[in-house]
Amino acid sequence: MRFAIPLVVLVGLLALFVVGLQHDPRELPSPLIGKAAPAFDLPVIAFPKAEIPPTRMTTADLKGKPKLVNFFASWCAGCQVEHPFLMQLRVSGQAELVGVDYKDADKDVRAWLAQRGNPYTPILADLDGKVGIDWGVYGVPETFVLDGNGVIIYKQIGPMTAEAWETKIKPLLGKAS
Amino acid sequence: MIPEIGHFALILALGIAFVQVLMPLLGWRRRDPRLLAIGGSAAQGQFFCVFIGYACLTYSFIAKDFSVAYVAENAHSQLPLGYRITAVWGAHEGSLLLWTFMLSGWTFAVSIFNRRLPADLGALVLAVLGAISIGFLLFLLLTSNPFARLFPVPAEGHDLNPLLQDPGLAIHPPTLYMGYVGFSVAFAFAIAALITGKLDAAWARWTRPWTTTAWMFLTIGITLGSWWAYNELGWGGWWFWDPVENASFMPWLAGTALIHSLAVTEKRGILKSWTVLLAILSFSLSLLGTFLVRSGVLVSVHAFATDPARGLFILVFMAIVVGGALAIYAWRAPKLAVDIEMRLFSREGFLLLNNVFLVVACGAILLGTLYPMVLDTLKLKKLSVGPPYFNVVFLPLIAPLFALVGVASVVPWKRGRWSESWPRLKIALAITVVVAIAVPFALYSRATLLALTGGLLGTWAIVTAVQDVLRRIKAKPKFLAGVASVSRGVWGMTFAHVGLGVWAFGVSFVISYGFEQDVRLAPKAEATIGNYNFAFQGVLENQGPNYTAQQGSVTVSRDGKLVADLHPQKRFYPSQRNVLTESAVDAGLLRDLYVSLGEGFDDGSWSLRVYVKPMVRLIWLGGVLMFIGGGLAASDRRYRLARATERSAVTNGALPA
Repeated sequence: MRFAIPLVVLVGLLALFVVGLQHDPRELPSPLIGKAAPAFDLPVIAFPKAEIPPTRMTTADLKGKPKLVNFFASWCAGCQVEHPFLMQLRVSGQAELVGVDYKDADKDVRAWLAQRGNPYTPILADLDGKVGIDWGVYGVPETFVLDGNGVIIYKQIGPMTAEAWETKIKPLLGKAS
Repeated sequence: MIPEIGHFALILALGIAFVQVLMPLLGWRRRDPRLLAIGGSAAQGQFFCVFIGYACLTYSFIAKDFSVAYVAENAHSQLPLGYRITAVWGAHEGSLLLWTFMLSGWTFAVSIFNRRLPADLGALVLAVLGAISIGFLLFLLLTSNPFARLFPVPAEGHDLNPLLQDPGLAIHPPTLYMGYVGFSVAFAFAIAALITGKLDAAWARWTRPWTTTAWMFLTIGITLGSWWAYNELGWGGWWFWDPVENASFMPWLAGTALIHSLAVTEKRGILKSWTVLLAILSFSLSLLGTFLVRSGVLVSVHAFATDPARGLFILVFMAIVVGGALAIYAWRAPKLAVDIEMRLFSREGFLLLNNVFLVVACGAILLGTLYPMVLDTLKLKKLSVGPPYFNVVFLPLIAPLFALVGVASVVPWKRGRWSESWPRLKIALAITVVVAIAVPFALYSRATLLALTGGLLGTWAIVTAVQDVLRRIKAKPKFLAGVASVSRGVWGMTFAHVGLGVWAFGVSFVISYGFEQDVRLAPKAEATIGNYNFAFQGVLENQGPNYTAQQGSVTVSRDGKLVADLHPQKRFYPSQRNVLTESAVDAGLLRDLYVSLGEGFDDGSWSLRVYVKPMVRLIWLGGVLMFIGGGLAASDRRYRLARATERSAVTNGALPA
């Protein structure tokens, strides 16, 4: 009988692995959820033409209505994937999108948006990625959902999808407003 | 065209692998030597096909064929040729192909060197290896085809992960895999022995060189990985208890236990079922290592490949391989195991104790690695278990091993007596105490508890190992004749145990006497850390083949004398928009000076991380000594001798081979 003990242990471990695999390893909870959005003061990228000097925007300007803060960049592949859906959100007026252009040149992002359409009002420039660090961004695209008081209520890692919007974000926004 | 040939070669290899499994099994049932012999030819044919596949992928990298998706993901037109060759194993698909290639290589070697084995045992070993090959080839072809094409063909590749563009990491995965995969041979021997019932001292002797070779590669692989992390990650650490590191360390611990347990089985014919279980455990942990790294069950800096579909495949595969092996074990081992009385105060008793400590340490690490996953599975919370747990649990478990290493060397097999062993230990103990106290005070004029403990354990391992080999040499009248009379196996053991001692010195001294400091320096400013003066000269732009670098210049002096001129870099890889720190190290046997470049500030000053690391090299020197020891032991003359005599016995007896 004692020779069967290893087999029993293995079966137990395998059961745990099976359940473990059902979890998405990318689903890391953000410690910022339920907290006020970290402070920033960033220049606005005027679109389609540059303005000199650029106007600036701070955290205080996020209050009022619920907003999606979307970290993106013209060099990022996942951002191309989510772009059509963001345009859809914009056109249907379901959400207000603040774009944070992450580690990217202004002229690149203007060209990128001119080609595909601009879902954002407004676009902010996080040229050196420091605001991204404060917000805990570890890759673009990432989208933070803020309620009317500027509190983060959800974080979407990776491209925004219709599924995430319908099943997770919309109900949260419904509760918040 | 070339990638299609590679793809086809892998499919062909899969077909041959089926032959390699089925024919020997059939031959064993029907006692037909012709069917058994097919195993060897199939193993060689399979190796040839996998080699073609591997060569085709390498060719696609060399030719920068970006129409192959895997090449486009992991190469760039500016990537130097050397890294284009190593980029083959830079990500999931290629590293699996490398795994498979090595597996077929080991199988090939077994088919060549094991003609001396009883025909049924040898053929079954090949069949088990073939079954593992089938699993990996199916995995490659069904979920991770490295030859998949990409259309439209991109003009430029995505480039190799810059972290992997370092000589240390270029050779770290192959050596590590050689170790992982090598344990499959010990595993196959164990299963074949269980099936045929030929579980005896001869079986242990056949298994030993294979196991030692695998262990040797795993040792150097882990050592290289640690050295790479130290140089490349910019944190100045050499071990992080990261799940992926643990994944390579667990099979190492189990493999170390296996080597010692095999010695007992060969010499005394006991502990058989335990040895078999360790062989299964070592390979299972190797598979688990592959699984943990490649599936994303654990969140870790290393786990760049995360794909649940693949994870599920490995899980099913592991369940079949390990579950099958343990089922055979549960079924056959009770019939084969014999209970012979064993005394604790004997060489085998101490080796068994060493096994217990190694396996418990391995279990503790397994627990720490899997615990976060278990909590997450049960929906309790997400957490990761950090170094404090491992240090607290692991260190007390390995400390007794050092004491045992010394004592076991003077205790004879079968039955020892304390009154006979003690006189031989007395001198060693005296030397150990003197050295362990003298070294810290002589070098650093102060001692810490850790340095004293590490010094005691390390010196004890070294002194007793040297004493043991000296005793053997002195048994002969002339010194040189004595040296020649000592077998490579004993030299190997001596090297490995000295390496262990050297490692203990390195670990305890670097923790006790190291300095580290984060400083912010303006150009031409200085900082004093330890006895060293670090003068920051400023930062210049520098252009590499596929990156741009900001290169700092730091001159280090001690007592007004220039010691080193260090050039740490911060590299920007435009193809992946990645910034990487390349720390600068002035290496020495007694101390490393280590500078890595942090962030630049607007006023022209920079944050720098500066370390003085005494004896850190000894950690890797210890690993290298163990590696050499493994090589010596694996090439011991008596394995070759046994091979020669058995071969002649076979020819004389005209047995069907």
